[in-house]
Amino acid sequence: MNAIEFRGVGLTLGERVVLADVSLAIAAGEFVAVLGPNGAGKTTLMRAALGLVQPTSGSIHVLGRKATRGNPAVGYLPQLRGMAAGLRLSGRDFVASVVNGHRLGLPIPGRKGHAEIDHALDLVGARELARRPLAELSGGERQRLLLAQALIGRPRLLLLDEPLISLDPHRERAVIELVRSLQQRLGITVLFSAHEVNPLLGAIDRVLYLGGGQAALGTVDEVITGPVLSRLYGTQIEVVRLNGRIFVMAGGYPVEHDAHRHEPPAGHWHAAERMHSDHA
Amino acid sequence: MLDYEFMRHAFAAAAVVAIVAGAVGYFLVLRGQTFAGHALAHVGFTGATGAALVGIAPLWGLVVMTVAAGIGMGAIGERLAQRDVAIGLVLALSLGLGLLFLHFYTSYASQTTTLLFGNVLAVDAGTVWILAALGAVSLATLAIIARPLLFASLQPELAEAKGVSPRLYGVLFLAIVALATAECAQIVGVLLVFALMVGPAAAAQQVTGTVAAGVAVSAVLALFEAWFGIALAYYTDWPSSFWITALSAAVYLLAALPWVAWRPAVTLAD
Repeated sequence: MNAIEFRGVGLTLGERVVLADVSLAIAAGEFVAVLGPNGAGKTTLMRAALGLVQPTSGSIHVLGRKATRGNPAVGYLPQLRGMAAGLRLSGRDFVASVVNGHRLGLPIPGRKGHAEIDHALDLVGARELARRPLAELSGGERQRLLLAQALIGRPRLLLLDEPLISLDPHRERAVIELVRSLQQRLGITVLFSAHEVNPLLGAIDRVLYLGGGQAALGTVDEVITGPVLSRLYGTQIEVVRLNGRIFVMAGGYPVEHDAHRHEPPAGHWHAAERMHSDHA
Repeated sequence: MLDYEFMRHAFAAAAVVAIVAGAVGYFLVLRGQTFAGHALAHVGFTGATGAALVGIAPLWGLVVMTVAAGIGMGAIGERLAQRDVAIGLVLALSLGLGLLFLHFYTSYASQTTTLLFGNVLAVDAGTVWILAALGAVSLATLAIIARPLLFASLQPELAEAKGVSPRLYGVLFLAIVALATAECAQIVGVLLVFALMVGPAAAAQQVTGTVAAGVAVSAVLALFEAWFGIALAYYTDWPSSFWITALSAAVYLLAALPWVAWRPAVTLAD
């Protein structure tokens, strides 16, 4: 069974066409990087798989069922992370808020709830740090709690939207290794969006590259090539490999770069602005 | 002090209102909607004066207007409702309209101070019962929606993906806030609702690490500030609203100061 199946899917965001007539299938148990320029639709694609955005054409199936809101088998780490970062609330209560979060009642987890929280925290190695207030955690530590939230409910598909944003290269590697080991240990499917492919090389099974309303799915060697990316970007693209790293170049300048990697979590708007000014 | 009936009424009314304000305020501060709460109180002023104009008890005008405005603000959407300019304009317009109503209803002008700054010593037995009933409705509704509300407040995007509607709970919550605001206005007046709704809750969030402890500490602090404020007013003959705001500010400062070494102590059951 495929974890995600798009058949002739069209997606729009406001007036803009994000995907036009895209068909693709991601097998269960794959670790797939979702790449593409800003605005290519990485977030919209994930939101569509969650049932939060309805396709304008075609159909989306997730784990064999039509994509619908509130599917407990799908875990999600959103790019917009609310404003919890400044709170003195403990990390554990932050994770606990997800347990049965859709049900009415008092937010007091029972014995089963606590076991669920412990399980998720243990998976990301955050049992101890979850005792501390959110305001005292580093970006990387908070990231692990967000991952624990996504793991509540024991999902079989994880959608991680830009989990590397605002992390330094050392923390980036730690997060990628953690996700990779979780994915293999639990045998789940992971979609992991990122600004560039290099930190993910070696960890991922396949790449889903978005651009110009189209999508290319395949191994790094199949997808990250001049001809494929030229088609997606709609301009002449060269792919240069140097010391095991991949550089995607347009007119002699890199189009993927890591200038936006050190933004604070709430700063993805600034990152987008900076991208634009960089390109201007 | 408790020999006087009006003092007993004052303490009873303050107890009801403080517990409601403390609990509701915790979520208000958590959601970063304190300014919206302040604006609702001002809308209540229009309601109260308008009610007086047409011959209805000001409390009901307050309740109806704040709840309607709360639902309206929630329905417009949180992003818009949190915009400072929009809220500031609503706030100013409400006070302006309230003033206009008072202008037409000239004999009522003596009540203005009470509406704006509160007078807990003037609360009668009937009002205490009404406050208790409204408080019970607020707390019961809050208890029913607390879990999805907390989820939607801390992680709106994830909550939406899990089938929780952040907008629905935003509307319901602002309706609860509106009811609590109308109650607070009876004790400290519409201008000083912040003192009971926001002060204790913000202080509680500084010194607690769990939601349950936060709500409890917030309610206890609000109760302490309200009761101690009334007692101080009795002995000094200064306005009770002054004492409550002073205590609220003092408690928050104590809790927020960086040198407070006893800061938690995130207590978790092992």
